[in-house]
Amino acid sequence: MKAIEARDVALSFGETPALRGASISVAPGEIVAIMGPSGSGKSTLLHCLAGILVPDAGEIHFDGHRIDTLSEQQRSILRRDQFGFVFQFGQLVPELTAEENVALPLLLGGVKRAAALNQARPWFERLGLGGLEGRRSGELSGGQAQRVALARGLVARPGALFADEPTGALDSLTGEQVMDLLVASAREQGTTVVLVTHEARVAAYADRQVIVRDGKVNALVHS
Amino acid sequence: MTLLGLLEREPSHGYDLKRDYDTFFSRGKSLPFGQVYATLGRLVRDGKIVVGEIEPGVGPERKRYVITDRGATEFESWLTEPVQAEPNLQTVLFTKVVLALMLDRPAEEYLDTQRATHLRRMKELTDIKRGGNLVDVMLADHGLFHLEADLHWIDTTAARLDALRTVVKG
Ligand SMILES: Nc1ncnc2c1ncn2[C@@H]1O[C@H](COP(=O)(O)OP(=O)(O)O)[C@@H](O)[C@H]1O
Ligand SMILES: [Mg+2]
Repeated sequence: MKAIEARDVALSFGETPALRGASISVAPGEIVAIMGPSGSGKSTLLHCLAGILVPDAGEIHFDGHRIDTLSEQQRSILRRDQFGFVFQFGQLVPELTAEENVALPLLLGGVKRAAALNQARPWFERLGLGGLEGRRSGELSGGQAQRVALARGLVARPGALFADEPTGALDSLTGEQVMDLLVASAREQGTTVVLVTHEARVAAYADRQVIVRDGKVNALVHS
Repeated sequence: MTLLGLLEREPSHGYDLKRDYDTFFSRGKSLPFGQVYATLGRLVRDGKIVVGEIEPGVGPERKRYVITDRGATEFESWLTEPVQAEPNLQTVLFTKVVLALMLDRPAEEYLDTQRATHLRRMKELTDIKRGGNLVDVMLADHGLFHLEADLHWIDTTAARLDALRTVVKG
């Protein structure tokens, strides 16, 4: 049983091949870290798995369905309903409060405002953010903003969470708090996680690590 | 083990072994002849090398040492087995990489296996941290940061293998 799978995926940006036959499969509820040097194609692979980019060749499957052949609009609905995202720089909406930011995926999914905010609120205690509900992103530290982004990524109980260098802008202790919370929350909800990181200490939180090199995925050979 | 590796390359005199050892592995302080011959003597006694043809003349310089099957097997398992993922292994890893390149062995594969071994240990330490008390956490962190440093070295070395091969093969 696989939650997410890429088969022989290739993708070029103009003349630049970013992926050249990348394959990976992730089991339901599994947390997989994609490692590799900068420019090796990690983010591109994540964007393909998450239906943001469409590969030139190969297939992407989610929950047994092929998603790379879906229309732009279908993929956008899939992302909204099934996927959560955390990026390197929180990318919170600056005009909204922290609470509204967390509620955003629910609001976009058609949940009424009061209900969405009600669902968002418990995340603040859970992630050690109690009292910060009303702040805007400019009034949050990097670690706090990233925890808000994590809550936003998980609030709609997505089937899969895609995280691209979620600790990349944080110092190591703050980064660890974010990873601890990410792993604990994902496990609690049974969310499958694909985590891109170039840091081994971050990757060590995952169940399994793979390495992207020259646009291909190398499974790690444990002796 | 380093001398055994150099002999796996070709039968050599003690003098050649000392010269190659000093070039690649001694890091500034050269290996005394006495130690070279003491080690060779031990390897002969243990059946890992034998003295090949003795050339005419006097002194230890006449002896050429040849690796035996037993010695080659032992060297091979040392080279291919990843090192226990404890911190501060740079010198052992470095020796393995250089010898692997000298002997045209798949140095990149060894580095990959070593990387996997390190990552697995890092995962164990990370699991210990979760739910551990602060002392456990700090001890695990110490190991994690050192293993991470090793990994940086492994990655950088993997990226430089071609250049290193040229240097080592002369
Ligand atoms: N939008 C883009 N336009 C052009 N080239 C890109 C774009 N995104 C990525 N690339 C190129 O594709 C390759 C892989 O990039 P990326 O997936 O971002 O690597 P990583 O995340 O591992 O650092 C790189 O050579 C990068 O320069
Ligand atoms: Mg990237």
